[in-house]
Amino acid sequence: MTQLKQQRDYFGDALLELAKTNSQILVLTADLETSLKLTDFKEKFPERFFNVGVAEQNLIGVAAGLSLAGFLPFAASFAVFLPGRCFDQIRVSVCQNKANVKLVGGHLGFSNSGDGASAQSVEDIALMRSLPEMVVLCPFDGQEVASLVDLAAQHNGPVYIRISKSEVPSEIKNKNEKLKIGGARILQEGKDLTVLSHGPILQEVISAAENFDVEVIDVYSVKPLDKETILKSAAKTGKVLVVEEHSIYGGLGSAASELLAGKYPLPIKILGIPDVFGESARTREELLEKYGLNGNNIARAIKELT
Amino acid sequence: MDNLERIAGQARREIVEMIYRAGSGHPGGSLSSVDLLVGLYFGGALAKEDKFILSAGHVCPAWYSVLNQKLEAGSEKRDKLRKLGSEFQGHPYQKMADFVETSTGSLGQGISVGAGVALGKKIKKEAGIIWILSSDGEQEEGQVWEAAMFAAKHKLNNLCLIIDRNGLQIGGQTEKITLLEPLKEKYEAFGWRVMEVDGHDFKQILSAYEEVRNSDPAKGMPVVIIGRTIRGKGVSFMENQLRYHACTLTEEEYKKAKEEIK
Repeated sequence: MTQLKQQRDYFGDALLELAKTNSQILVLTADLETSLKLTDFKEKFPERFFNVGVAEQNLIGVAAGLSLAGFLPFAASFAVFLPGRCFDQIRVSVCQNKANVKLVGGHLGFSNSGDGASAQSVEDIALMRSLPEMVVLCPFDGQEVASLVDLAAQHNGPVYIRISKSEVPSEIKNKNEKLKIGGARILQEGKDLTVLSHGPILQEVISAAENFDVEVIDVYSVKPLDKETILKSAAKTGKVLVVEEHSIYGGLGSAASELLAGKYPLPIKILGIPDVFGESARTREELLEKYGLNGNNIARAIKELT
Repeated sequence: MDNLERIAGQARREIVEMIYRAGSGHPGGSLSSVDLLVGLYFGGALAKEDKFILSAGHVCPAWYSVLNQKLEAGSEKRDKLRKLGSEFQGHPYQKMADFVETSTGSLGQGISVGAGVALGKKIKKEAGIIWILSSDGEQEEGQVWEAAMFAAKHKLNNLCLIIDRNGLQIGGQTEKITLLEPLKEKYEAFGWRVMEVDGHDFKQILSAYEEVRNSDPAKGMPVVIIGRTIRGKGVSFMENQLRYHACTLTEEEYKKAKEEIK
C-alpha cells in the first residue's frame, strides 16, 4: 500500500481537478466546507461555490433546480444529514425528476468517532439503495475516489457517493484497472470464500485476508451491483462473507443476499454494524472493536467460514 | 377581464369534471387557486422564457384545466386526471409529463427547486421569471423558510412566489392549527417584497403580475404575492367547507356544481 491520506482529501482534490475541465460543475454545501475539504474549490472557483447555510432540505432543492437550469451540481454534507435529513427532497426533487445531481455524504459509519450516535451514519446506503434512479458508489482508495467522482459526473442522473475522514491509501499496487458504474474490483484471488466489502474498512479486510485462500472483492458500486463478478466468485467458492461499515440491514450485505438468494443460494454471513446506533469514542478503532468489525473480528469470521 | 372570467368559469367546470371522473382529487384548493393561474397564463404576464412550478402539487386539477385551455386541448383531456399512464398524474410528475418542470406533491420542495432554477438563470445571465404557486398550508413546511432565506440572500428578483391564502388546510383553519400570521410581515422580515391581492379579482391579480414583470431589477428582492381567496370558490356548497379539501364527488354534486359555475 502507498501513502495514507484522509478519504475526504482525495475527494476535495478530485472535485477541484474535475471542475477545471468541466465548467458546468457547481459545488453546494450546508455549511460543511472545511469538513468536506471544499476550501480549495471555493478559492479557485468562488462563483461556482454555494454555502446554503445549515439547511439540508433547501440544499437538495436548490441543487435540483440548478440541474434543471443545465448545471452539474455536487451537493455535499455529512451522511447523517445527507441523505439522513433530506431523504424526501432526494426522493421527489432529485429522483422523481431524474435530476442530474451528485450527492456526497461524508463521515460514513464510525469515522466521526468523537461526535457520537447522531453523527455516525449507519443507514445511509439502505436509504439510497431504496430509491429508483439512484446510483450508490462507495469508494475505497484515493484512486477510486477520483475515478468515481469522474464517473458520477459522466453519468446522467442522481448519484450518491459515500466518503469518510478515515485514512486510506492513494492506491492499491497493480490494481489500477478502469472502474465503471456497476463494476467491482477483485483485490485478492482465492477459492475458499468470497469476501465482499467497500470503503475504508477494506484496509482491515485486506490485512485479515492475506493469509487465507479467499477472494476479496471491492464492491465500490453498491447499486447497481456487478452481478457477474459476484456470482462468478460465489459459484467458485460456495460461501460469502460481507464486511461493511454500515448497518447489517440494507447495505451491501442485503444487496448481495438479494442477488444470491435469487440466483445462487449459499451460506452468507454479514459482518456489519449490528442493529444499533453508534456512540462516542476517542478513536474509530475502539468502535470497530466494540461492534465486532476490527481486523481480529474479520479474521475470525474468515477462519470460521474456511 | 370578461374573457378571463369566462376562461376561469370553463376551468372551474373542468376541475369538477376531472375530479368527478377520476373518482378523487382536491377540489377546494383547485377552485381557490384557479383565478391566480388564469391570470398568470392568460393575463399577459407569463413570458416565453419564464418557468412555472406548482409547488402545491395537489391543486394540479386547476393547473391542468388552465393548460387544457391554453393548448386548446380537446375534451378527452378531461378524462385523463389520475388515469394509469396519463400525463395528468394526481400530483405533477416530471417523468410522465414534459410540461412539468419539477415533480411536486411533497410540500415545501417546489420553492427550493424554483430558487435553484432562478439562481441558475442568474449565473447564465438568462432572462425569465420563475413563478411558483404555493398554498398557505405549505407555509408550515420548514423548507419554505430555508428557501426564503436563500432567495433573499442571493437577490433572486427573478423569483415570484404566489400564495393561495384560502385559510383552510386538511385539519381545519390554518390559524387554529399553527400561527401563519402575520404572513406579510414574516416575508418582509425575510427580505422579500410582498404584495397582497384579492385572489379572485383579476384587476388586482394582473396588476400585481405586471408589477413583478416590470419591477426594478436593482431592488434585487424576490417577490411574494399573497392572494386572499375562498376555498372552493365558485361552487356555493363547497365554499369554505373542509370536506372538499380532498374527496370523491358524487354524480349529484358534480351536476349541481357544473350547473352553478358561470
